[in-house]
Amino acid sequence: MQTDEMSLKKRAESATEKKAAYGEDFELEKYEEGSKVSKPIEDLRTLDEESKRTLLQVGVIPSEEGRSGSFLVLDNAVSHSSLKDENVELMSTHKAMEKYEWLKDYSWKLVQVDADKYTAKTYLEDADGYFIRVPAGKKSAMPVQTCLMLGSKKVSQTVHNIIIVEEGASLDIITGCTSKKGVEEGLHMGISEMYVKKGATLNFTMIHNWAEQIGVRPRTVVHVEEGGTYVSNYICLKPVRSVQTYPTVRLEGKGAVTRLNTIAIAHPGSVLDLGSRAIFNAPGTRAELISRTITIGGRLIARGEMIGNAKGAKGHLECKGLVLTDKGSQLAIPILEANVDDIELTHEAAVGKIAKDQVEYLMARGLTEEEAVGMIIRGFLDVGIRGIPEELKNEIENTITQTAFGM
Amino acid sequence: MLKIEDLTVEVNGKTLLHDVNLEVEKGYTNVLFGPNGAGKSALMRTIMGFSEYRIVKGSILFNGEDITNLPVDERARRGLGIMMQRPPDMSGIKLRDLVKVASKGKKDPEKLAENLDMNRFLDRDVNVGFSGGEIKRSELLQLAAQDPSLYLLDEPESGVDLVSIEQVGLTIKGLLDIGIDCPGERCKKGKSALIITHTGQVLDYIQADRGYILCNGTVMCSGNPLKMLEEIKNKGYQECITCRLMK
Repeated sequence: MQTDEMSLKKRAESATEKKAAYGEDFELEKYEEGSKVSKPIEDLRTLDEESKRTLLQVGVIPSEEGRSGSFLVLDNAVSHSSLKDENVELMSTHKAMEKYEWLKDYSWKLVQVDADKYTAKTYLEDADGYFIRVPAGKKSAMPVQTCLMLGSKKVSQTVHNIIIVEEGASLDIITGCTSKKGVEEGLHMGISEMYVKKGATLNFTMIHNWAEQIGVRPRTVVHVEEGGTYVSNYICLKPVRSVQTYPTVRLEGKGAVTRLNTIAIAHPGSVLDLGSRAIFNAPGTRAELISRTITIGGRLIARGEMIGNAKGAKGHLECKGLVLTDKGSQLAIPILEANVDDIELTHEAAVGKIAKDQVEYLMARGLTEEEAVGMIIRGFLDVGIRGIPEELKNEIENTITQTAFGM
Repeated sequence: MLKIEDLTVEVNGKTLLHDVNLEVEKGYTNVLFGPNGAGKSALMRTIMGFSEYRIVKGSILFNGEDITNLPVDERARRGLGIMMQRPPDMSGIKLRDLVKVASKGKKDPEKLAENLDMNRFLDRDVNVGFSGGEIKRSELLQLAAQDPSLYLLDEPESGVDLVSIEQVGLTIKGLLDIGIDCPGERCKKGKSALIITHTGQVLDYIQADRGYILCNGTVMCSGNPLKMLEEIKNKGYQECITCRLMK
């Protein structure tokens, strides 16, 4: 085991300068490492109103009503962890590593420590994060909510999360990533390793709500076994400096299924480089990667990749992007790869303005041009998040309305 | 109510309609006949104000007001409503929501949908994967919600199966008929309509007042709609063109 760690450390150290394959390169030295200690928050309801609003905007409910458990990471410190669902285990990654000897077989096994400087830094800092596990056959009654918050100016946050949904189990997670009001600049690095075992289901919803000068580098890999299902909804509607992410789902067992939905709005000054990748490594696996993005002045890159390595694999990739001003840009990069026969991978990509005939069709029913455009935008994004919890949907709808009409 | 004078219309620099004169009086249901490609749909869409159709000459008056240059929504607000032949797919927009906004929240979509047997379509995306007949019913449902004073109906019976034709016909009758038999009274209070029909099937359900024949982008003739239909069925449109040339 020690030699394992030694070699990981070596690999990480060799990658501390390694630029990521995509996205702006952030100089890590420019950010102070976020504090690893913070005053524990016993009850999220005792937070000030401003912080509570910040949580609510990313789907994290301070009263914890309708949630199985809650977990809050502030900068680099775990500041809240509570659980009321006995079917779920929720604790910090550090605690879990102490508690379970076997967890070393899951930690840093999906995400490579030397993938780039961000993964290397997260490893070398021995970052903490959340560990969520549902034992075989159990089901989370309600979603578990987690929040990763940047709480101090110009700091870097590193987080390492591990999620395990055991055989036949089921789990819903809502993760809100955000920054405290007044924290306009910072860097977030988040490693997530997710295991969906035989016949298990994981619904993972992530809402990003950062600030104008924050860089965001999530690194996520998901491993899905036979008959397992992984559904992800990624939502990013507010201004941010740069998000670059390319979550990868490995469908390793027969009949494993995944659906990744992305909806995002690029504001002026924002660069969103959002990808989704599915690798079909077992027969009869299926994937659907859907992205609905809008630019109102920022740059949006929608990547999608499907790699078919096993027979009977079937996947559809859909990248649709609206350009609502001359200043913004959209780039759709779909990649399909088939390495055996009997594979069916398709893609549909479209970027451009809102179709005039659609706007006028609604106007002919009495809507003003502005109302018509708003309705089309809401509908456009809605397609990207079908199946999201109802309460979250309302919140998202509000944000969309504000964005659509605040242009 | 609607008065079109010397209207000439271009699409992408190509003249589709020229010197069109046509009128729909208050309470009247007028019918527009014409062969394929004559410009009937273009005329309807020009009246509604779709921007693709550029008016290069003439005017459109609605209730005495010149609406030639008004945008689509302003025309809708003044009481024009259109049933399109090929409406666009509205991905992500539920029929229920469109019906709600078309009625300004005043009518219950479920109730309106009952008459047209469209309840199970309320949570579908508007027009996406709808069959020909379903599109007609969806358009009529939206119009019922909108409640315009002038209906522009573009081939309400095309692509509709025989059973549904009755449903479509009776719905149109229901929308236009406000229970007034007296022609004088109907002119004061009734709904007006301009209907494009190829087969005339819809005329089995509604009372049409006047017919127009549109050929080669202009109105050739007007008169009793049922007589016109009979004539067209017997002799086709060539007769109209010849007749016009003789004049």
